[in-house]
Order: sequence, then structure tokens, then C-alpha cells
Amino acid sequence: MKSLDFEKPLDDLNSKIDELKQLSEESNIDLAKDIAAIEKRALQMKQEIYNSLTPGQVIQIARHPNRPNTLSLSQMICEEFTELKGDRSFRDDPSIVGGIGKLGPYRVMIIGHQKGADTKEKIKRNFGMPHPEGYRKGLRLMKMAEKFKMPIITFIDTPGAYPGKEAEERGQAEAIARNLKEMIGIEVPILSVVIGEGGSGGALGIAVANRIMMLEYAVYSVISPEGCASILFRDASRAEYAAEKLKITAKDIVALGIADKILPEPLGGAHNEWSDVAETIKGALISEIDHYNALNADQIKEDRYKKFRSFGKFKDPALV
Amino acid sequence: MSILDWFNKNKENETIKEDRLDIPGDLWLKCPKCKDTIYLKDLEDNNKVCQCNHHFRISPEDRIKMHFDKGSFKEIETTIEAVDFLKFEDTESYEIRLKKAKQKTKHADAILIGTAKLNHLKVNIGVMDFSFMGGSMGSVVGEKITRIIENAIKNKYPLIIFTSSGGARMQEGIMSLMQMAKTSAALQKLSEERIPYISVLCDPTTGGTSASFAMLGDVNIAEPGALISFAGPRVIEQTIRQKLPKGFQRSEFLLEKGMLDMVVNRNDMRSKLSSLIKLLNPHYEKVAK
Repeated sequence: MKSLDFEKPLDDLNSKIDELKQLSEESNIDLAKDIAAIEKRALQMKQEIYNSLTPGQVIQIARHPNRPNTLSLSQMICEEFTELKGDRSFRDDPSIVGGIGKLGPYRVMIIGHQKGADTKEKIKRNFGMPHPEGYRKGLRLMKMAEKFKMPIITFIDTPGAYPGKEAEERGQAEAIARNLKEMIGIEVPILSVVIGEGGSGGALGIAVANRIMMLEYAVYSVISPEGCASILFRDASRAEYAAEKLKITAKDIVALGIADKILPEPLGGAHNEWSDVAETIKGALISEIDHYNALNADQIKEDRYKKFRSFGKFKDPALV
Repeated sequence: MSILDWFNKNKENETIKEDRLDIPGDLWLKCPKCKDTIYLKDLEDNNKVCQCNHHFRISPEDRIKMHFDKGSFKEIETTIEAVDFLKFEDTESYEIRLKKAKQKTKHADAILIGTAKLNHLKVNIGVMDFSFMGGSMGSVVGEKITRIIENAIKNKYPLIIFTSSGGARMQEGIMSLMQMAKTSAALQKLSEERIPYISVLCDPTTGGTSASFAMLGDVNIAEPGALISFAGPRVIEQTIRQKLPKGFQRSEFLLEKGMLDMVVNRNDMRSKLSSLIKLLNPHYEKVAK
């Protein structure tokens, strides 16, 4: 598995441990005590690294190719998950996937970005950067969920909507705008979990939710730190600095009142251990659906509207 | 500095020279499209539209003067002001950028909202100001748009918004992104009340603004030649490593691709808007009173 540059000292330590283990086996010397000591040291180091991550490092974890993705998570948390495809007007966009399944006692609709893990799949899925038809497929599935009274779950993981020629020709802006407007009026609960990268309008286009949850090392931002740095500083290498200023980590997004809840990841990040994360997500989703089950359609809509109406920080002496 | 840089620098100076003739008082202007030299007074008399149909960018005040009945505009929600809650600093702090923009434009932020009359018809309007930090949408722009929509829901007059904006305001981070959802949410409520919303897209309308309220008009109108896009042309050229064809992402292109209802010359805008409002508005009796 790809290890991240800030984990390098940890890798060195781990390879030492492996060497020692091999040595002890081959030469029949009992090194158990030393190995245990180094292992303890390695654990400590891991905790230290993960307790003091910079926003730039968190992004690296959020973008890790082995992070849990929409399709795998859907399979893991649902029984009978069935993928549904196509926007019914142009094509099926593999960057946004969706389908129905049973989550605990509930029938649910799941919609999410899909980046792809290996090179071939990444290309097929356009690195998780949707075209307009992806958003239109998403909306079609949401309307279906509304019709059959199924809660909607969206998993957010995209660098952003695709900035390409065809995407523009087919109305990228319109497709996202339409979703933002229509999602507010959906009569079933919508629950969003940012599982990796929440990249700008491309993320928001399927994230107008009653509840927004974020995995511990997920990020959510108006623009990628690289993009921000190249616009404001004309220098993409200032991305680390921009990442700090933009306030994009789960903790920051909760502190700003946008996300409601952080879902913890195992030490070392979700890319190391999917099943615990899947259980955490499943539990959180079921308890949210329990809550919204008691509300009627108008209450569900009003709950979502109020949330988004409240977003914004400004001075208004007239309100005092 | 390499010798190549020096060459580039000289070139830059040349273009600046070309843009403006050396005549005192800025009486003449060069049209960036047809390259003709225009007498400024003639341009102003023609609502800042060149004979070649190039539409110059204009201030909100000029726009209100051009399209609405004299003295009818009443600005509302004038007390809202932006705050630098992230303590954002790039080459300059957000706080200082705000201060400079306010001094330059004499506006509190990148939009004016209020009620006005258009050929005696009462309307709610929002007019964006590109010269205020690129017309970017932060919390204040998002809140003002939401409030003018709520005003329309209350008074039942139609809503017209003139957009001119580079998109979300980065200096407000995630909060500016959320303004896209907030304004679109309010428009959903407006739709439910069956109150017409006409979006007039002016040069430029891109990013988070086009991907929210600008594209959501019951009728979408654009001024000729306006840049309207989700991603800017430069970003796309970098992504696909190809030059984009001429006219890509301009109003006429979007009309052809089905994103707009019409492209309307600034000089015909007032009559077109008033006709649309009369035809669409189920609350017309009340508006005309």
C-alpha cells in the first residue's frame, strides 16, 4: 500500500522490526524483548504523527487511493445492494454511482462519487470528477427515492466537478445548480458523509443534506488548496499554506457549523482498516434515519432548509 | 532576470500603450473587440455598447439607471457587512482587501438589492458589482440574495438578478461554498410560490455563481458576448491541453447549447424584461397597481 511521506519515519521503524524478526528466526536468537520495545516505540510514533497532522497531511490521507469508496462501502453496509445507472438523457457517468439496498431495517438509496483505485479504473471513472450527466443521474435517483419513500445517503469523495470542454457544453453549472435547488425540496431525509475529498461545487452538488457527517481525515473545501494557491499567489507550491488558511479539516468544518458530526477513523487512517469504518458509518446512518423516521415530509424539508438558510458569517447591526 | 523576461516586460508595456490613446481626460476609449476608437460620450449615450455590439462592463448604478424607472430604486438591507472570520491572508489580508474594495466602489459588498419599477411594474432586483473583489460571493452576497428572494416571497413582485461574478469568495472558505446552496434553496421556495425569477447573466458569470442562482432563472437571459462558465477557459485549457475554439463559453454559445432562453442587447433589455414579467406573472394585477 502507498505510504504517505510523513509516515516515512514510521516505515523505517517498521522495516527495522521486520528485519529483527527475520534475524531472530534465522539465527535462533530471542529478540522478543527488543522487538516489543521497538513496536511500542512505533505505536507511540504513529500516535504522535496522527495527533499532530497538518491540514496538508490530512489532505494526503483524504486522497489516499486505498480509502474506502462509495461502491465498497455500499456493499459493506447494505444487504442486497443493487447499482442503478444512467441519467436517461445522455449516458451513464461512472464518476457518480448510485443504487438501492437494505441498511439494517431500512430500504435506502445511496449515491456517491467514485474515484477508482487503480490506474485503469481511475481513468474509467475520470478520477471521480463528474460530468453534468453524473449530477443528473444523482437527481434522477433522488427523485426515485422520494417516490418510493426511501432515505437518501450520499458519499462525498471528489476533487471537484470536471473542468472539461464537453462538461461545459452540456451544462456543468446548470446541472449542479439544479441539484442544489431540487435537493432542498426532496421529501425524504438526505444524509451526507464526506468520506474523502469534498471538492467544492462538485461535492456540494450531491450534498445538500439534513445531516452532514465527515470521516475524521476527510476534507471539505471551496477550492483545492493547490487551486487557491495558484490563483492567489500564482504559485501552486503555496498549497500547504492555503490548506491551513482555508480551514478544510473535519474539525474546522464542524467548528464553522457546516458539518454536524465527525466519524472517528482507526489510528493510521481509514485506508488501513475498512471494516471498522464501515461499521461506524452504518451505525451513524441508522441512528440518523431512526431520528428522521419520526418526522413528516414538511418537517424533513424544513429541517434541511433551516440548516442551509443559517449558513453565513457577517455583521448586521439591524439584527441586533 | 533573464533576457527573455526583459523582452516580455517590453511587450507588456506595448499593450498598455495600445489600450489607451494618449489624450488627456480619458475622452476616448479603445474597444477591445473591434479595436475602434470610441468617443466616451457616444459610448455612454449608447448604454456602453460599442457599435460592434461589444458590451462594456458597467457599474450597478449605471445598470439601474439604464433599465429601471428614474428614481424608483429603493435599496434595502444596507447594513450587512463582511467579516474576516477566517483571518484569511494571501498576499494581502481579507480585511484590507475588503477595505480597499469598499473605498473603490463605495459599496458594502459585491451586490445591491432593493425594489424598483420597470415601465411602472414593481420588481425586486439584485445587481452584482464585478469591481468589488471580482463580484465574488461570500456570506454577504449570499445573504443579500437570499433576503431579496424572501422579499419577493413577501411582496409577490417578480425577481430580476443581474449577475457579474467570478464565483465563490475564497477568503471565506467553505462558508462561501455554502452560499451556493443557500441561495438555490431560497429560489426553491420562490418557485413554490410561483413568483417569476429572471436571471440576467452579464460578463462574466462563472464558478459558484453560475453553478447556483445565475443558472436557475425561470428565464435565463444573457447580454451579448458575456463569458458564462463553470470552469474558466484557462483552467480548461490546462486540463485538456488544447486551445479552446473562439466564442467558447460566450453567451451565443450557451444559447446554442440550450442553457439560455435568449441573448438580449442591453438597449433592448428594459422592454424585453417588462414584456416577460407581464406575460409570466400570475400576480400581475398586484404588480401593476
